[in-house]
Amino acid sequence: MVRRSDFDPVESWIYQRRLTGLTFLALIAFGILFARLWSLQIINGPNYRIQSEHNRIDLRDVLPSRGLIFDRNGHLLVDNRPSFILGAIPDDIRDADGLLEGLSRLIEIDGITARKKIERGLKWDPFNPVYIKKDLTRDELARVETNLFSMPGAIIEVKPRRHCMYDTLAAHLIGYLGEIDRHQLKREEYKQNKLGDFVGKVGIEKKWHRYLNGIRGGQQVEVDASGRILRVLYQKPAEPGLDVHLSIDGDLQMLAERSLNSREGAIVAMDPRSGEILAMASSPAFNPNDFAKGMDKKGWEELVSNPRFPLQDRVISGQYPPGSLFKIVVALAGLEEGVIDPHEELFCGGRHSFQRRTYRCWKQGGHGYVDFHRAIVESCDVYFYKLGQKLGIDTIAKYAKALGLGCRTGLELGDEKPGLIPSRAWKLRRWHVPWQEGETLSVAVGQSFALVTPIQMVRFISALFNGGALLRPQVTKWIGRGDEEGVFQWKPDVLDRWSVKRENIELVKAALIGVVNEAHGTGWRARLDGIRAAGKTGTAQVVSLPEEEEPGEEREIPYEFRDHAWFVAVAPAEDPVIALAILIEHSGQGGSVAAPIARDILGTYLSRLRP
Amino acid sequence: MFDRRLVNNFDWILLATLVVIGVLSICNLYSATNTIRSMGGSQVYVKQICWYSIGFLILLLATTFDYHILDRFAYPVFFISLILLAACLKMGKVAYGSQRWLSFGYFSIQPSELVKVSLVVVLAKHFSELEKHRLRDLLRPLVLIAIPFIIIVHQPDLGTALILLIVSFSIVVFVTINRKAILIFLSTAVLSVPFFWIILQDYQKKRIIAFLRPDLDPLGAGYHVTQSKITIGSGLLWGKGFLQGTQTRLNFLPQQHTDFSFSVFAEEWGFVGSAILLLLYLFLILWCLNIARNSQDKFGTLIVIGIAASIFWHLTINVSMVTGLLPVVGIPLVLFSYGGSSVVSTLAAMGLVMNVSMRRFMFQE
Repeated sequence: MVRRSDFDPVESWIYQRRLTGLTFLALIAFGILFARLWSLQIINGPNYRIQSEHNRIDLRDVLPSRGLIFDRNGHLLVDNRPSFILGAIPDDIRDADGLLEGLSRLIEIDGITARKKIERGLKWDPFNPVYIKKDLTRDELARVETNLFSMPGAIIEVKPRRHCMYDTLAAHLIGYLGEIDRHQLKREEYKQNKLGDFVGKVGIEKKWHRYLNGIRGGQQVEVDASGRILRVLYQKPAEPGLDVHLSIDGDLQMLAERSLNSREGAIVAMDPRSGEILAMASSPAFNPNDFAKGMDKKGWEELVSNPRFPLQDRVISGQYPPGSLFKIVVALAGLEEGVIDPHEELFCGGRHSFQRRTYRCWKQGGHGYVDFHRAIVESCDVYFYKLGQKLGIDTIAKYAKALGLGCRTGLELGDEKPGLIPSRAWKLRRWHVPWQEGETLSVAVGQSFALVTPIQMVRFISALFNGGALLRPQVTKWIGRGDEEGVFQWKPDVLDRWSVKRENIELVKAALIGVVNEAHGTGWRARLDGIRAAGKTGTAQVVSLPEEEEPGEEREIPYEFRDHAWFVAVAPAEDPVIALAILIEHSGQGGSVAAPIARDILGTYLSRLRP
Repeated sequence: MFDRRLVNNFDWILLATLVVIGVLSICNLYSATNTIRSMGGSQVYVKQICWYSIGFLILLLATTFDYHILDRFAYPVFFISLILLAACLKMGKVAYGSQRWLSFGYFSIQPSELVKVSLVVVLAKHFSELEKHRLRDLLRPLVLIAIPFIIIVHQPDLGTALILLIVSFSIVVFVTINRKAILIFLSTAVLSVPFFWIILQDYQKKRIIAFLRPDLDPLGAGYHVTQSKITIGSGLLWGKGFLQGTQTRLNFLPQQHTDFSFSVFAEEWGFVGSAILLLLYLFLILWCLNIARNSQDKFGTLIVIGIAASIFWHLTINVSMVTGLLPVVGIPLVLFSYGGSSVVSTLAAMGLVMNVSMRRFMFQE
C-alpha cells in the first residue's frame, strides 16, 4: 500500500484543534436538546400529561353545504334538507343490549346489525359514532329525543340530505349522490372528499361535483376521553358549494314528463339558436330522493334489473332506428349530389321490387306520382327507395355523418351513445359479409342498421333551421354563488357547420312545413293555431314483418315488437325558438302518437313566450 | 498478507452502539405502528428488521477491504448514484407528492440516501489530494454539491436537499484553512437564504409560517407540532411505558413511524429514556470524532468527519423539529426512523468509519 497524503504538521495541528472544537460544538448542541427535553417533559410535563389524558386535541371536519340546482328561470330544483340520524358512541355505552332493547321499544331498529356495528366500533374506533338508524321521521325523532337522557351512548346527529323538490323531475339529468368509491378518491375532482362522503355519481351532480361540493373546513377541538367536544380551539369555516343554474325550463320539463305518461320514451327540447336544452325527459324515471335516503341493496337491484331500464337516460343513450326522419338526410344528399330534380315526379304504386324482393310503402295503395316536396310531406317510401338506390349506401353514410348523426353530440354528460351509421366498410368489419344492395333501400327509409339518439335528432333538426350550425347541446347556463352571475358561464358553441347549399336547405324546410300544415301531411296532428310549425314523423321498425303478411292491427303484434314513434319539430318555422325530438317506444306510428305531444309542448311553450 | 491487527482492532464498541440503537428503533416501530386504528401496518417493524440485517451485512463487508481503494471508486460510485437519482425524476414512484423512490418490484430504494454517502467520499477524496489551499479549489466541490442538490430539490424533497447541503458545507468549512475563504463561503450561504424561500413548495412555506405563527394554520402543520409537543411532554420522567403511549395509540401523532418516531419513544420512555437515546447518539458522534482524530491520513479523517456530521445534523434537526425548536422540514431521525434506504446506507457508511478505525495502525510499521 502506497503511503500517501500524510498530514503536514501545521495542517495536522489545525485539524486536531478543530476536532476538539467539533466535540465542544456537539456537546453544546446536545446540551440544548437536553434542556429542551427537560423543559417539555419535566417542567411543563404535567401540563402536557393532563392535555394528553383528560383533554385530547382532535381534528373535526366541518362539511360544506352542497350547492343548489336551479332551472333557467331561477326555480329551485334541488336543495338540502336536515335529516336526523340515530347513532351511538361505542365507548360511552354502558350496556349495549340494554340500549338496543330500550331503543327497539321506542322505534323499529335492526338490532342485530346495530349490535355488530357497536362491537366493531369498540374494537377499532370507540370514540366515533356508529349509525343505528338513518333518516328518522318526526315522530321517531320525538320519541327518541325525549328518552335520550336515559340511554347513555345514544346520540342524534343532524346531517344535510340532498332533496329533489319534485322527486322524479329531470331525474336523469340531475342524477344522484352515492358514497365515494375507491377510484373516485384518487381523482383530482374529488380531492375535497374523504372516505364516507357522498359525492355525485350520475348526471349534473357528477359533472359539476367539484363546484357543487364546496370546500371542507375544519376545527381543532379539545375532546374528552369519550370524544365529546369540550372546546373549539381554532376553526376554519367551510366554504359552501356553488349553485348550478340549468338551461332547463322546469315547467316545460314537467309537461314533457307528463306527456310521456310513464310510457318508455324520451322527449328533448332545445333552443335551436343557442344549443341550450330546454327539457330532457326520459321515461320511466327513478327518484333521486330514494338514493339520498340511502338506497339499500334490494332497492338498487330492483332498479337495475327492472326490464324497463328506469336508470337509462333514453335522451342520450337510447339508440333507435331513425325511421322516416332519415328521409331528410337522404333528401339533402340527393339534392346536393344532383341525382334528383326536385320537380321530377316518380311513381309510387305502394310497392317497389328490387332484386326479387318487394319493398312496401307504408301507404298500401301507393301515392301515385309524387315530386320531391310531396314525397317528404306524405313520407313516400317508394320515392326514397329509388333515391337511395341512386345514391348508394356510402354516399348516404357520408352525408349522415357530415350532418351530425351517428356520433356523440358533445354534451359531455353521462353515458352518451354514438348511434350508428352503416356503410360498406362497417358491415365488412363488423359482420364479415359484404353489403347487400337491398339493405341500402331499408337504410334510405331509416330502417335496418341505422341508429340515432333523440339528442342527435334534436340537434339535427335545429341545424336545419338555424342555417346549418351544429351546436353543442348545453344543459348548464351558469355556475355561481347566490345572485352573482358568471363564475362560470356558457356561451353557444358551434362545433361544426353544414356545407349544404342554401336553396337545398330551403326546399327541405318548405317540405317539413308541409308535413305539418298541408293536406295529407303526415304530421298534421302537430298543427298549431296561428303559428306555423315544421316537423317530420317517423316510425322505427323494431322487427321487419314477414313479406307476405300484411301489417295487421297494433293489438295483434306483441308489445316488444311494436314500432317506435318518432317526431321532430321546430316552431315557429320562420324563426324557430324551440326544437323538439320525441320518441315513444313501441307505441305505433309517429304521426298518430308523437305528433299530438309535439303540438302540446310547442303550443304551451310558445304561448308562454307571447302572452 | 492478512494482518492480525485488523481483527484485534475491530471496533466492537462502535458495533455494540449501533446494535443497541437498532434494537431500540425496532421496538419503537413496533409500538408506533401498533395503534388502535391500524390494520396491516404492523409489517413496518418486520421490514425494519430486514433492513437492519442487510445493513449490518454490508457494514461487515465494508470493513473487509482497505478504504484507500475507495480512492479509485469514489467518482464512479458517485456518478452511478447521480444517474439513479436522475432516473427517479423520469420514472420514480410518486409518494407524498414527490418522486423520491425507484421501484424494483418488491422494494424501492431512495437514491438520495446513496448520494449522501457517496458525496461525502468524493469530497473527502478531493480535499485529501489538495496540496495547497487556494480559493479556486472550492469550485469543483461546489459543482459536486450543486448537481445532486438541484435534482433533489426538483423531486421535490427539501429535507434531504437541506441535509445534503449542511453536511457537505460542514466538510468544506472543516478543511478550509484559509479564514477568508471560510468567511466568503458562509456569507454566500447566508445570502442564498432568500433563494431558498423561492424554491420552497407552498406546503413548506406554510410549515415555516406555521412555525412562526402556529395560530394561522391550526389544522395543518401547527397541529403536527402541537401534538408532537403534547406527546413528548406527557412522557414525564419515566414515560407511560412500552405500548402505553395514548397519543400514539389513538393516532393523534402524524407520521409516527418516520419523522416523529422520536416523539413516540419520548412518550413511552419519558425523559430518562429519551436522554439515554440522545446519549447513545452523542456517544456515537464523539466516538466517530475520536476515530477521525486517530486516523493517520487525511482521506480517512475526512470520510469519518463527513459521516459524523451527517448523523449529527440529522439528529439535531429532527429532535429540534419534533420538540418545536425548528419548523417541520421532513428530516427523519437517522437509524431510528423507519426507512430502508436510510438504514442501509447509514450502516454502510458506519462500515467505512469502522474500516478507518481498524486501519489506524496501517502506517505504523
